[in-house]
Amino acid sequence: MIDRQGKRAADALVWLLLLTAPFWLPLVGGYIQLGSRILVIALAAMALNFLLGYTGVLSFGHAAYFGLGGYGAAMTIKYLYPSTPVGMLAGIVVGTAAAAVIGPLITRLRGVYFAMCTIAFGQVFYFIAFQWSSVTGGDDGVSAWYRPPLNLGFGEIDILHNGRAFYYLCLAVFAVSVAIMAFLLRSPFGRTLLAIRENERRARFLGIPVDRHIWMSWTISCFFASVAGTLYALLNNFIDPRALRWDMSGNFVIMAVLGGMRSFWGPLIGCAIFVVLQDYISSRTENWMSFVGLFFVLIVLFFPRGVLGMLRRRTAQ
Amino acid sequence: MSTLLLFNVFNGLIIGAFYALMALGLSLILNLSGVINFAHGGFLALGGYIAYTLIPFVGFWGALLLSPFVTAAIGLAVERVLIRRLYGRDPLYSLLLTFGLAFMLEDGTRYIWGAQSLPYQIPQWLDSPLSTEFFFLTGYRVFMMGLVALVVLGLFLILNYTRLGLRIRAGTLDLETVSVLGVNVRVLRNLNFGLGIYMAGLAGVLAVGMLGLQPTIGDSLIMPSFIAIIVGGLGSLPGTLAGGLLIGVATGVTTVFFPSASEAVMYVMMAAVLLVRPRGLLGEEGRF
Repeated sequence: MIDRQGKRAADALVWLLLLTAPFWLPLVGGYIQLGSRILVIALAAMALNFLLGYTGVLSFGHAAYFGLGGYGAAMTIKYLYPSTPVGMLAGIVVGTAAAAVIGPLITRLRGVYFAMCTIAFGQVFYFIAFQWSSVTGGDDGVSAWYRPPLNLGFGEIDILHNGRAFYYLCLAVFAVSVAIMAFLLRSPFGRTLLAIRENERRARFLGIPVDRHIWMSWTISCFFASVAGTLYALLNNFIDPRALRWDMSGNFVIMAVLGGMRSFWGPLIGCAIFVVLQDYISSRTENWMSFVGLFFVLIVLFFPRGVLGMLRRRTAQ
Repeated sequence: MSTLLLFNVFNGLIIGAFYALMALGLSLILNLSGVINFAHGGFLALGGYIAYTLIPFVGFWGALLLSPFVTAAIGLAVERVLIRRLYGRDPLYSLLLTFGLAFMLEDGTRYIWGAQSLPYQIPQWLDSPLSTEFFFLTGYRVFMMGLVALVVLGLFLILNYTRLGLRIRAGTLDLETVSVLGVNVRVLRNLNFGLGIYMAGLAGVLAVGMLGLQPTIGDSLIMPSFIAIIVGGLGSLPGTLAGGLLIGVATGVTTVFFPSASEAVMYVMMAAVLLVRPRGLLGEEGRF
């Protein structure tokens, strides 16, 4: 009972902090765009964790669907129809469709083999974006477009110049996505995923169609990753092939691990630490890649349970 | 037309030989230790740069001989200090660790040797074409193919006819039993890792003679090596070799007819293999 109350208090604290972030972030030396970036990337990391932490399937290729969402949104807004919701919708459809098609090819595989195939398939889209430059702009990406104002019917909200408004748009999308994921995890479907994570063979013997469940979990996870990708493109008014390269996928995984993959809010915390650190290090030194690499190594060696995993262990003792 | 086709098939074979060399090293490590070494491309670049540094002292041939061993020694140390701690744990962690290592190796080579591409001199007489009709058959390329073939042959001889190779193959099937029979598994895995890194270092030395020296040189070779393993079949070294050569030649042939799709064709092959035969061409049933 106390545990449940504690959980509720933690949820309330997270939402309160997120809602008031534009007001306290500048006070602690941050800026509002950093807040938006954390939200957007955290959504991608939480989407990945739906698969990684709650289904127990190791994907190292999520950047592809994140980036596809971004490209879908950017190119729709630039070439087809200058509207933020339409662009987002297009990006989400593109990213999710790609994931849904690739899914059946890989859901039969497990463990390292699954990871390897997700990396390889992820790189397909990197190469397409990189080499098909007449359409995608190649290495330079899709630039020279700006996120159009949000039309609500009775008035327009300028999300381009008003950083706060854009932050709250991100927060709204984040809240809805996170709520849906939490709801799914609590449903019988989510419990089935947990069962597969804990003991796949037993789940199979119980008559659960394991492969189909993993495919569904994969598609849902990539759906939310592409939602985050569309926001990422809007955030930067720009998208380039680096958004869908393997190192981005690795970043998502390390965020989930750093925060704690067995906790719902873990990836958010991991993402906040990672993004702030990266922001700080890359402004200080040219060799930030070495530091990020070292960071990976140190987390794996000394901190494999993540922040929330450690906390939970300490309170249990 | 036929010369052009021949040229591209030959080119594909060379590229495929690199893929195979990389993939064989990756495969060795993966089969025995269950670790996907993402830093393999970084070790390849390291092999090239070490050769570049050695050339003024020991000459081209000396560098060719020594550099892979130096790279392998670094690999042994890395295994001993870092990778060893992750055996038996969730593969997630070894993947993340080698991810971080890949970052550090790329940035480290850039820090030491600079970001710009460096010239790599190969002996003059190796660089000239062997015949005027087949202008693409330079001595270096033929030599490279020969050397790769020799090394691959050597690897298979080691695996089949030495005690170390026997233990590696046995460990791939059942490491626990090998351990119970009194083999020091820690040393075995260490040496096996070194062997894999030796192949990466050699691929690096050979590749820079053709592609030039850049910190990111491994990037373009690591993904095809993954695909070579997937296409060839997990757990099978002959499969990996075949997979590497196959995607190399396929890339070369596609260049003739549809140049812009030459990269894409290997991904299509991977998708086809996964669809029809998920364990790969020569992979064992039920391994993964």
